[in-house]
Amino acid sequence: MAGARRGVVARLQRQVARLERAAPARAGRFCLAVDAVDEALGDGLASAALHEVVGASDGVGTGFAAWLAARRAGADGIVLWCGAWLPYPPGLRAFGLDPVRLVCVAGRRPEDRLWAMEEGLKSGRPAVVVARLDRLDLTASRRLQLAAEAGGVTAIALRPPQSRLAPTAAATRWLVAPAPSRPTEGYAGVGATRWRVDLQRCRGGRPRHWLMEWDDASSTVHLAAEVADRPLEPGLAAPEERATGKRAAIA
Amino acid sequence: MLVAPEAGALRLTAVNEAAGLIGLAPGRSLADARAIVPALTVRDAAPAADAKALVALADWATRYSPWAAVDGDDGLVVDLTGCAHLFGGEAKLLADLARRLGEAGIAARLAIAGSAAAAWGIARFAHLSRTIVPPGEDLVALAPLPVAALRLPAGQADELGRLGLHTVAQVASLPRAALAQRFGPALASRLDLAAGRQNESLTPRQPAPAFLARMVFPEPIGHLDDLAAAAERLSATLCRSLRQAGRGARRLVFRAYRSDGEVSELVAGLTRPSRTPAHLARLVRERLEDLDLGLGADVLTLAAPRTEALADRQVNLPSFGPEAAHDPALALLVDRLTNRLGPRAVVRLDPHESHLPERAVIAAPALAPPAKVSWAETVPRPVELLHRPEPVDAVAEVPDGPPVLLRWRGRSWRIRRADGPERIAPEWWRQDETELATTTRDYYRLEDGEGQRLWVYRDGLYPAAAEPRWYVHGFFA
Repeated sequence: MAGARRGVVARLQRQVARLERAAPARAGRFCLAVDAVDEALGDGLASAALHEVVGASDGVGTGFAAWLAARRAGADGIVLWCGAWLPYPPGLRAFGLDPVRLVCVAGRRPEDRLWAMEEGLKSGRPAVVVARLDRLDLTASRRLQLAAEAGGVTAIALRPPQSRLAPTAAATRWLVAPAPSRPTEGYAGVGATRWRVDLQRCRGGRPRHWLMEWDDASSTVHLAAEVADRPLEPGLAAPEERATGKRAAIA
Repeated sequence: MLVAPEAGALRLTAVNEAAGLIGLAPGRSLADARAIVPALTVRDAAPAADAKALVALADWATRYSPWAAVDGDDGLVVDLTGCAHLFGGEAKLLADLARRLGEAGIAARLAIAGSAAAAWGIARFAHLSRTIVPPGEDLVALAPLPVAALRLPAGQADELGRLGLHTVAQVASLPRAALAQRFGPALASRLDLAAGRQNESLTPRQPAPAFLARMVFPEPIGHLDDLAAAAERLSATLCRSLRQAGRGARRLVFRAYRSDGEVSELVAGLTRPSRTPAHLARLVRERLEDLDLGLGADVLTLAAPRTEALADRQVNLPSFGPEAAHDPALALLVDRLTNRLGPRAVVRLDPHESHLPERAVIAAPALAPPAKVSWAETVPRPVELLHRPEPVDAVAEVPDGPPVLLRWRGRSWRIRRADGPERIAPEWWRQDETELATTTRDYYRLEDGEGQRLWVYRDGLYPAAAEPRWYVHGFFA
């Protein structure tokens, strides 16, 4: 009974959070305002931790990372964005990231981006540091994880498709692939953004798979009905892996 | 012995101590000198190299005071006001200076006096090669010296000599009015300078920074930990004087005066004025490894050659906007990133009023107040914009419709859905157009069978262009 009531309260709190578009759920965690996802994660994502986003194709990982960063930063958190070149704010805005909160770092060399991310984490000042890290070995990822813990800052590493099996110390790893627009009768235009999302690794949780759809009007994510909140099945994983592999070859 | 051609003959320009003792002096011809000492060692004079070395020596001398200048072609002048105590007093400072110059193989005559003019004369004409004149006794010390010690214009010393005026004392005893009338204002003015009655304006080799902290060590230090600790103490001292003046540092110069006479320095810039000791110390500390210290440094200075007014204000205000300057943690982070990656690599991005997607964004300093312009609520824009639009082979069903097939980056993209066109006209009033931006573009948002979304455009108005050219310009998430 008590457990059920707690569940209801948590759900209501998340709904309020979603309405207010504010971040914090429980201390040290931030919610994504998608009930099933937050529950699967154990009440949102850890704030002071390293999370990996592996984009199966160009743009997809960036959009997903922008959404996570925006959820964490809320209305006044600063986001340090370390790319190989400067990001394009008009596009990031679509996922709730306010360019005014964005400090951008253009680091052509991968080691510069890694360094900038670690500096940002250690400084404890930004709410989130996003960095495009093509190579990230176990040692470097441990350093980032420790820096994130020490600074209380969320680290989001944007990784290329071929890194989806590489071992790292990240708390979660998200594989994000594009998904075709929702079929709509008599409409041939591009619909709302859709992602096939594999929560491939999650400290203290199980691997999961969702089909997410971005809702521009409310700046939130909905789960698309057909595969919402269904554990990853072997039969489903296989074509996904193949598709990801194919994209990796052309990326 | 150094020689240079002068007045039709090779003449001595400099002699060593031994040569001086047997009566050889600058100005004599080399032939005369050879007649006295056939086995003279002679080298060509190199005035340009001498001047360069003197400048280097002036830089080195800033270890004693930030205010050091080359004086003439054979001297240095250093303003020691308020500096001597750091070295244990004038006597110790002079001894230290003499020892270091000696170790470097430089023979020098040194004097400390109340005025630069008196020190000039005493250094060059006193019997001792090291003299410290007690305060107020400049004229007394100069009195027995030849009139040339007053640094008179060429020929005037000889003129005075012909009149029987050989020493400074003799000249100084004459009535001032008569002196000026007889010998012109220069002599009286030189006397005033030497006596400290008139201040001499000199030009230092490097403008002395108003904000400078200095530490002197009895033994050279070279350990990074020691240097880091010193950097912290120097920052604290520097920040105190900055606070008193209501200013913050925009540029820092950390200098290590090495025991071998070299000077190494680090320069760091600050995006926002700061006088937070931890901030300044950190900027220095993290680059200490770049400093070449040789066998160690015995004087360290930290200067703020560029400062900006910085009022005392609360520090915990929200960042960005005018308050960003008072977010020390963010300023520190931005400075550290900037000092390694360069100012163009650490920025904030502001909206810019332009139709062209690649011009709709403009980079601003990371801590600058946000632009007044706000982001336009427009049609969807890609989450990643390609640096340069990439040409692509496209097949369209109808000539002015969206493509159904793209061949790009080594693969085919079968387009299932498309939005568009969004027509973006060239900004013809701009002068700096590149070729790509001079034509009208029709943009389409495309989605392939797997859901990947591209932003492409057809270049030029159809059917003006016989064969439409297509470009990919970005990716949607």
